[in-house]
Amino acid sequence: METYYKPEDLKKFSGITEWQKKLGDKFFEYYGAVFEEGALTKREKSLIALAVAHTVQCPYCIDAYTGDLLNQGVDEEQMMEAVHVAGAIRGGASLAHGVQMMNQVKEKLM
Amino acid sequence: MPGSLQKQNHPLASAKGQIELLNDNDSIGIPLFEHKLNEFGLDPLKPTGIDILQINVGKMCNQVCAHCHVDAGPDRKEIMTRETMQQCLEALAGTNISTIDLTGGAPEMNPHFRWFVEKLSQLEKQIIVRCNLTIILAHPRYNDLPGFFKKHKINVVSSLPYFNARRTDAQRGEGVFDKSVKALRMLNAAGYGKGNPAWKLDLVYNPAGAFLPGDQTSLENQFKRKLAEYDIVFDDLFSITNLPISRFLEYLVKTEKYEDYMTEMVNAFNPTAAANAMCRNTVSIGWDGYMYDCDFNQMLELKLNDASKHIKDFNLETLASREIIVNQHCFGCAAGAGSSCGGATT
Ligand code: SF4
Ligand code: SF4
Repeated sequence: METYYKPEDLKKFSGITEWQKKLGDKFFEYYGAVFEEGALTKREKSLIALAVAHTVQCPYCIDAYTGDLLNQGVDEEQMMEAVHVAGAIRGGASLAHGVQMMNQVKEKLM
Repeated sequence: MPGSLQKQNHPLASAKGQIELLNDNDSIGIPLFEHKLNEFGLDPLKPTGIDILQINVGKMCNQVCAHCHVDAGPDRKEIMTRETMQQCLEALAGTNISTIDLTGGAPEMNPHFRWFVEKLSQLEKQIIVRCNLTIILAHPRYNDLPGFFKKHKINVVSSLPYFNARRTDAQRGEGVFDKSVKALRMLNAAGYGKGNPAWKLDLVYNPAGAFLPGDQTSLENQFKRKLAEYDIVFDDLFSITNLPISRFLEYLVKTEKYEDYMTEMVNAFNPTAAANAMCRNTVSIGWDGYMYDCDFNQMLELKLNDASKHIKDFNLETLASREIIVNQHCFGCAAGAGSSCGGATT
């Protein structure tokens, strides 16, 4: 089936260096450093990545970090809670802008 | 699980069917394990010494786990006889093999199991029993196993693929998690899992699907934390990779994950893990007394590459200089941090 996103394209990600090697290499070096164990554990970083992946709705990142979290032994409840964090922030961001709408309405009405 | 593959007359029930599939590496675009070893100067793989004798006392089991590399189950009748056990005892006497590792099936279902353990314990070697936990509750005659293990200072090694029922039961069968929790509490009550080296209780984690295990220490920490919620303690956690053999191989093929899984293992090839493969210090004995490089080779019927092929002809000297028979399933032992019956190898 022809789709916009092909699962096998995830494996080609590193190929982005082909047309801009310097920037691509810098990105991957940075990416690797970000996910190293630091003040946050590898696990915590992967859970954040999963939540962000759902926010930016990147199917590649969702697949990659679901797999990574399974490898790390993270359970289903923890993964779903991370997705809810993404959902809450997204929903919250919309609703918080409701204040903006309310301000506008109040300003415009008598 | 509809019974063992053998019971279903499944083509992957035979060692031949499995080897044919594994050997067709070209069609899935992966290299030969042997070539990979060669690349790192490890071919042929040879023993470093023989420290562990792993004895598979039979394929009969009270469970029919979806990933079982033995294709064990209640319908399997292959059981080690007392005569073969006697041959094992004779082979062991006077050697400096330090550890005897009893496995199955459920080794406790062999009618000579207790007799064998009693005889083995007179040799004053470390004895491991791979206990699937649920056997302790399977019948009243097994309820006293924790006490029996304790008496003989057995190192109990038990599979618990996950700290929740969903993943454990999906792999090992409905209700297995709850029964395992009960059995672990019985072992704890007998003094197991509390840091005393005489009564060591280790758990085995293996992924409940087509993925590789992560870092063993971090998994152990998670297991300790989560199982504490059930008032369960244990000593070490061994993380083990599922090798593409028997029922796990059938699962990979059936779910169309075989190619991806093999590729994932090849990509994770770690020469240090390959160099530390357990076959380098272990000999595995089958229920009928034939010898193999490991329990996996046993299930693939890859008999030892040595003049002595049966326990009755056990010869430490020739065994120690044999060449280990490898095949594509060996990628599982060499992936990532490595995998053995004692967990990660690096
Ligand atoms: S994995 Fe172990 S407990 Fe499960 S069927 Fe196989 S031998 Fe039995
Ligand atoms: S599968 Fe057996 S022979 Fe192959 S590397 Fe692992 S322990 Fe050695």
